[in-house]
Amino acid sequence: MENPLTSERTPLKLNTVGLSKKDYDGAPSTLCKGCGHNSISSQIVQVGYELNLRPHELIKLSGIGCSSKSPAYFLGMSHGFNALHGRMPSVATGALLANHTLKAIGVSGDGDTGSIGMGQFKHLMRRNVRMVYIVENNGVYGLTKGQFSATAEEGLELKYAGHNEFPPIDLCMEAIVAGCGFVARSFAGDAKQVRELLKAALSFRGTALLDIISPCVTFNNEDDSPKSYGYGTKHEKPLHELGFIPYAEEIQIAPMEPGELRTVRLHDGSLISLRNLDSDYDPTHKLAALERLQRAQETGEFITGLIYYNPDRPSLAEVEELHTPLAQLPPEQLRPGRESLEAFLQAYR
Amino acid sequence: MSVLERQQEAGYATRSPVINDFSLVVATANGTGSQTANLTLLRSFFKLGIPVHGKNIFPSNIQGLPTWYHIRVSHKGYIARKTSEILVAFNPATAAEDVRELPAGGVCVYNADLKNLPQRDDLIYYPVPVNELIAGVEVPVKRKPYIANMAYVGVLAWMLALPLEVVEEALGAQFGYRQKLIESNLQVVRRAHEWATQNLRKQDPYRLEPMNKTEGLIIMTGNEAGALGAVFGGVSVAAWYPITPSTSFMDALREFLPKLRKDPGGHPTYAVIQAEDELAAAGIVMGAGWAGARALTATSGPGISLMAEFVSYGYFAEIPAVIWDIQRVGPSTGLPTRTSQGDVSFAYTLGHGDTKHPVLFPSSIEECFEFGWKSLDLAEQLQTPVFVLSDLDLGMNNWMGRPFDYPDRPLERGKVLDAAQLEALGGFARYKDVDGDGIPYRTLPGTPHPLAAYFTRGSGHNEQAQYSERAQDYERLMARLAHKFTTARSLVPEPAVELHPSAKVGIIAYGTTRYAIEEARDRLARQLPTSFLRLRALPMGQAVREFVAAHERVYVIELNRDGQLHSILQNEMPEYAARLFSVAHLDGLPLTAEWVQKRLLQEEARLR
Ligand SMILES: Cc1ncc(C[n+]2csc(CCOP(=O)(O)OP(=O)(O)O)c2C)c(N)n1
Ligand code: SF4
Ligand SMILES: [Mg+2]
Repeated sequence: MENPLTSERTPLKLNTVGLSKKDYDGAPSTLCKGCGHNSISSQIVQVGYELNLRPHELIKLSGIGCSSKSPAYFLGMSHGFNALHGRMPSVATGALLANHTLKAIGVSGDGDTGSIGMGQFKHLMRRNVRMVYIVENNGVYGLTKGQFSATAEEGLELKYAGHNEFPPIDLCMEAIVAGCGFVARSFAGDAKQVRELLKAALSFRGTALLDIISPCVTFNNEDDSPKSYGYGTKHEKPLHELGFIPYAEEIQIAPMEPGELRTVRLHDGSLISLRNLDSDYDPTHKLAALERLQRAQETGEFITGLIYYNPDRPSLAEVEELHTPLAQLPPEQLRPGRESLEAFLQAYR
Repeated sequence: MSVLERQQEAGYATRSPVINDFSLVVATANGTGSQTANLTLLRSFFKLGIPVHGKNIFPSNIQGLPTWYHIRVSHKGYIARKTSEILVAFNPATAAEDVRELPAGGVCVYNADLKNLPQRDDLIYYPVPVNELIAGVEVPVKRKPYIANMAYVGVLAWMLALPLEVVEEALGAQFGYRQKLIESNLQVVRRAHEWATQNLRKQDPYRLEPMNKTEGLIIMTGNEAGALGAVFGGVSVAAWYPITPSTSFMDALREFLPKLRKDPGGHPTYAVIQAEDELAAAGIVMGAGWAGARALTATSGPGISLMAEFVSYGYFAEIPAVIWDIQRVGPSTGLPTRTSQGDVSFAYTLGHGDTKHPVLFPSSIEECFEFGWKSLDLAEQLQTPVFVLSDLDLGMNNWMGRPFDYPDRPLERGKVLDAAQLEALGGFARYKDVDGDGIPYRTLPGTPHPLAAYFTRGSGHNEQAQYSERAQDYERLMARLAHKFTTARSLVPEPAVELHPSAKVGIIAYGTTRYAIEEARDRLARQLPTSFLRLRALPMGQAVREFVAAHERVYVIELNRDGQLHSILQNEMPEYAARLFSVAHLDGLPLTAEWVQKRLLQEEARLR
């Protein structure tokens, strides 16, 4: 039977917070037709609807680039902050300190994250700010017309950019090394996997990185380029099949064959099930994750799925012991009383 | 003939006493722990009731380079830097030059171990046999050098007739009543005092006498005062990257917040983040301000350079933020531990494109406190980055002041619409000038209303906050921002004006140059009476124009090379540009009254 919540054919069906899928749309996209970034936006809209998100409880942020424009094209009823090139992590950190009860989706590009914003990216992971950090990774600078980004493969040949002399930076590895506890890779063309990962990431306790290969149809879509659609569909090697079960719905998972299924319980109680394709792959093992990524790079395949998972580190808001959102404190909690000023100054007499 | 005999012959001992009016400089090497001894002296004079101020002239180094601590004692209340008559020569590396700089009749209190100290006939010398005095005092080896500095405190106490009970009290304030430390320090002070009483003969005229001019006052650094002001201004997010001389601002903030700002359940009502650089610090502040926190950062010139990108953003996207710039000497790394007013034009227009920002100029610890809370109000009222331009001299040195006035008005949170208001209004346009003051309304993320959301961007936008490259939208937006800046003129702190009824000459200055200027004006009272406008903020308001209009010549005195405020004022009042004259100077040291006096007379001779 068709699931009414996910059906594309009944768009005006309302979810449990009374919203239709359309209510999660944004402005019409101004990106190129067929751009991978657009597919990701669609999945964010779908996930917002399916997870019954209240739009006002979420903020969306980005840096600068084609990818970073996309928050304007989804969740139109959520506050958005299109920041500076490479500086979204610091803005997100500040916003989520001001109100740590907000959910946050950040969208960045491989240039935005892997070059100008590398420092802020790594420090965001290190602080474990609770948010979903999506890199729409196309191996080029789309908005400035096709220069190589730092994630482009060594030796890659592109019409405009020429020959790439330098080895790529693997953002998943960088995230793992920086302390990120939810590191996943996917492919913009794999709608189901993107959705399941997005849902799981939104339930995670700290920073969740989704490095999504998102082909630039204008500047990097020749079939032999590893970040093209053609290459992606041929070489994508999922580590596992994913299934996400939100905690709130209390759905029982059907019993699975042992050894076939690994179920990971997320911080808020949601479950993500990973049906292993790589039978020996353990996403909770840091070194194994790094090794698997390294191996994939050497063989030119790209592995997708939840690559690393570790929910043990507290989020920044937990470290800071935040309680009432700082943005909602009443004046009497922001300004100490007259007597405390007088008492305080005694020590300086 | 011995030096002493020659001095007696020269008649120094018979000079009439100079009471509560001198300047002394303690020359030591950085990292030798002289700060405790120096602050003990400062606090002792303060406790005696005599107006006093101390300035630390220190190197950008942790150990070894020379440090000078200047203390000015003045019964008249003058606290500007001034040539010192009394030298404490404890640094072998600089002793020769330090001695040469003393004026005739000066006093040199020196470490008896110093070799080759220049002998001048016109000075009075008092040795301090440090090793002898600290021998046998029971302290951990690590603290020996610290204790050694107490020896000059003892000799100075003898020389200046400073009662030892007062020193003891001052030490108590230093060590927070850690009795053991007080005791060992005091032991050295007593020994030195006793030794001096028995072995030295008072030949200089300088002496202290108790007064009551510091009654009820406090002593604090500007950075502490500013941080305390922010605590009472409701700062809730602060982010920073360490840089001298702003570090102690954040140190103070992090010390004060846990003491003063817990909610009834014991949770902090703040978060302070050490960022990875000043770019990130500014980004954190922008994100926090956007989401409804009261956010600030503190930095100095090099950090301001990095923040330019975000300040331009904050101006254009209209986000409240407070940036304290504790100015030091640039360009570039410059003189990291010397004071200046060199960031005025940079801060005022920081950012690419047409940008301008309110800038506050505190000149005292009272104003640091006041602007500490007011800047947070202004930032939210105006929805824009606000600068507070302090300087190293004010920020890091100890100053006397009146106990701070509690804020005289409730927190100002600016134009923020909540869900009920949105419902009543049927929505809002983020960048529309509804009230005619150029200040639009905003909403905070998390506001539970379907019409609350808007999209913030640093690219062109229309009144509805939608992306726009339309010429009319851009021009209109920029015109409104200019209009908002006009509104700011009446919201920022007013200047402090002292009009002299017959003065043809006016002085405009800001920040800590006031002390040298106030003293110079008194000295010039007969020869060259002047009016004084102390600017407390930019953009300037009508009062400045009126002041300039009322004088034939107005000197803009400042601590930078190019006369930065002078240029700004000429720009703002082209009609009066010809009567504004720049008197600017920067060598890394605070101005002296002598310099101000001399330069004003020179300028007058040239122009009149
Ligand atoms: C400080 C700064 N430098 C340079 C730019 C120009 N710029 C805009 S987008 C971009 C690259 C974007 O690449 P990426 O993040 O990969 O996004 P994509 O367009 O590929 O999605 C650059 C260099 C800028 N906006 N700001
Ligand atoms: S240039 Fe590339 S990245 Fe940019 S919108 Fe077009 S396809 Fe997408
Ligand atoms: Mg890119």
